[in-house]
Amino acid sequence: MKRFGQVTAVDGITLELRAGECLGLLGPNGAGKSTLIRSIVGRVIPDEGTISVFGSPADSVEARNTLGWIPQELALYPRLTCRENLQAFGRYHGMSGGALDQAVDHCLGWATLTDRVGELVKNLSGGMKRRLNMAAGLIHQPKLVLMDEPTVGVDPQSRNHIFEMIEKLRDEGMSLIYTTHYMEEAERLCDRVAIVDHGKVIALGTNAELVQNAFGSRSTVLARFAGADERTNDRVAAWVAERGGQAVDGSAQFTVEHPTEIAGLLESSAKEGFELVDVSLRKPNLESVFLHLTGRELRD
Amino acid sequence: MVSLRRDTGALALSFVLPVVFFSIFAVIFGGQRDSTPKVKVIVVDEDHSRVSERLVQGLMKEGSLKVKSRPEPVKGVEQPEYTAETAETAVKEGTAPVAVIIPHGFGENPIAFGPANPNRPTIQLLKDTSDMVAPQIVGGLLQKVAMTAMPDVMAEQGSKYFDDFAGGLTKEQRDRLNEGIRFLRERQENGAAAGDSGIGGGIVAVSERAVVGQNHDMVSFYAAAIGVMFLLFTASGAAGALLDEQESGTLDRVLSSHVTMTSLLLGKLAYNSLLAFLQLVVMFLWGWAVFKLDFWSHIPGFIVMGISTAVAVAAFGLLLASICKTRAQLGALSTLVILVMSSIGGSMFPRYFMSEAMQKAGLLTINAWAIDGFTKVFWRDEPVSHLWPQVLVLVSIAIVLFAIARRVARRWEYA
Repeated sequence: MKRFGQVTAVDGITLELRAGECLGLLGPNGAGKSTLIRSIVGRVIPDEGTISVFGSPADSVEARNTLGWIPQELALYPRLTCRENLQAFGRYHGMSGGALDQAVDHCLGWATLTDRVGELVKNLSGGMKRRLNMAAGLIHQPKLVLMDEPTVGVDPQSRNHIFEMIEKLRDEGMSLIYTTHYMEEAERLCDRVAIVDHGKVIALGTNAELVQNAFGSRSTVLARFAGADERTNDRVAAWVAERGGQAVDGSAQFTVEHPTEIAGLLESSAKEGFELVDVSLRKPNLESVFLHLTGRELRD
Repeated sequence: MVSLRRDTGALALSFVLPVVFFSIFAVIFGGQRDSTPKVKVIVVDEDHSRVSERLVQGLMKEGSLKVKSRPEPVKGVEQPEYTAETAETAVKEGTAPVAVIIPHGFGENPIAFGPANPNRPTIQLLKDTSDMVAPQIVGGLLQKVAMTAMPDVMAEQGSKYFDDFAGGLTKEQRDRLNEGIRFLRERQENGAAAGDSGIGGGIVAVSERAVVGQNHDMVSFYAAAIGVMFLLFTASGAAGALLDEQESGTLDRVLSSHVTMTSLLLGKLAYNSLLAFLQLVVMFLWGWAVFKLDFWSHIPGFIVMGISTAVAVAAFGLLLASICKTRAQLGALSTLVILVMSSIGGSMFPRYFMSEAMQKAGLLTINAWAIDGFTKVFWRDEPVSHLWPQVLVLVSIAIVLFAIARRVARRWEYA
């Protein structure tokens, strides 16, 4: 457990990460994800409880050797070159000589920065800085890597490239903990996902398990009707409420067990005199689960 | 205006700094109206005549002089009176900027009017040329005291000159003159103040001799004085890298590796000390190349003082950086503290211009100890072994400041 003043940032979280697994951490802003990550890397001392990394205390040298941390910030030296940055962080982890040179070359290749090796970091593009930031967290070849929103602020091409880098790590058998706000990242990269809110894990499982647990086999039907005046909207809202659905921005939203239920809904709307514009059937996804569990209200 | 109000660093620089500086200068110079800094002077009376003793007493009564005839007691044991040799050594060591040696036979012929007599004993004034003011003050006061503290001697000597050059006085004139001299002598012996005689004329023969700094000019003093001030600025700026690292998240990343906060700070101390030392080397080499500073014959002393000073300023910079939360705060605080330290520590003007209280306050600064050390090396040509007080203080300052910085830096260590 970790408190900052009156706020409980982490409240009794127990997580198990399997070898070679990528575990996603999802949660609204202030849910406690970064505090959890920082606790694991030994930068936050819990008020209660202990954190062990491969059997060693989180702030021990043994734990630091096995952990790689890729922070949300671009934690690099802007006036050093790419190579000099990696050499510096390698030395901080006790590396030297040929082993360090080899690790630097490997990480530069992994981050596709070999042709920028002598470039000052301050002159790199945002995507390159992000990739170097990731490489710096892997320079000492850890067994477990914690990535805290590594794709913040990069363009789609760079993001896709970063996904490929992470997939390569997964293929090599590295264990990963990955925090993000982007659901499609979690769906693409993570074997399992933990949804964190108010410092607690409120859901844990594979993507399919989370959807199944939250919605079962139900799907969402969204129907939009002609006429955007207040009177029509009120009539639609009354009809939707009567049928157990939700009115969202003038549209009607229902949860159905089987797609065949759509016909009954359309027939009922016709009887009410609503002019249907379009209707869609949506299978729930991770975002649906996330919003379902954490709500739609703004957190900050 | 709103932006300025919310930027505490800029606000401090805009309003607090000028006020602080004004106050310091007001204390240093304004306070002198009431209490002029006393000039320390060592007096050696080799003559022990009635006249020489009167001269010494006259000097002692001067409010602007602090006359010493013997060193301070050591462990309660009174020390023997200064001799010409020990007085010269004391001036060389900086105990006092001037020594007055009253030679044997002075009392027989203390005052000379007219042509100089080469056989007449001459008062020697041994001076430290780093203090340009003190020898002039003492020289002038010697003449004044001779004229005001020994009016009877002056009259007596004057009549002798009259006898020699004007053919002498009649018996009646002689009796009246002797009566006047007797009156003056009794008056002086009954405790008349040195300055209230009102009798003018007469000259005491004084020869000045520089015993310190005779082969140097003031370049070495300014190299040390200005050098230390800029070292302090550089060290606090370099230590500010800690704040940059904290802001960018690099510090967190470094501390999540094998590096501990203590080893990180020690590394920064070593680097910043090296940087400061190199700065001093460049400054003194420039002094040698351009201003003919005698650098090469003082290398051992320079290295000892350079390293001590560099370590102290580096620790000072780390402390400032660890106290501040942002670069802006560091900029404001370091400017304030360094300029205050430099003004009272002697980097802006020599400390002997200041009152005794300010001179003592100056000893709380790195500047004062560093400048004293470099002055010993380059001005007084003292051996390295004589630098131990300055080295001890500077290294102690470094240790204490580093320990405080380490303690304050705990806030970065863990959340």
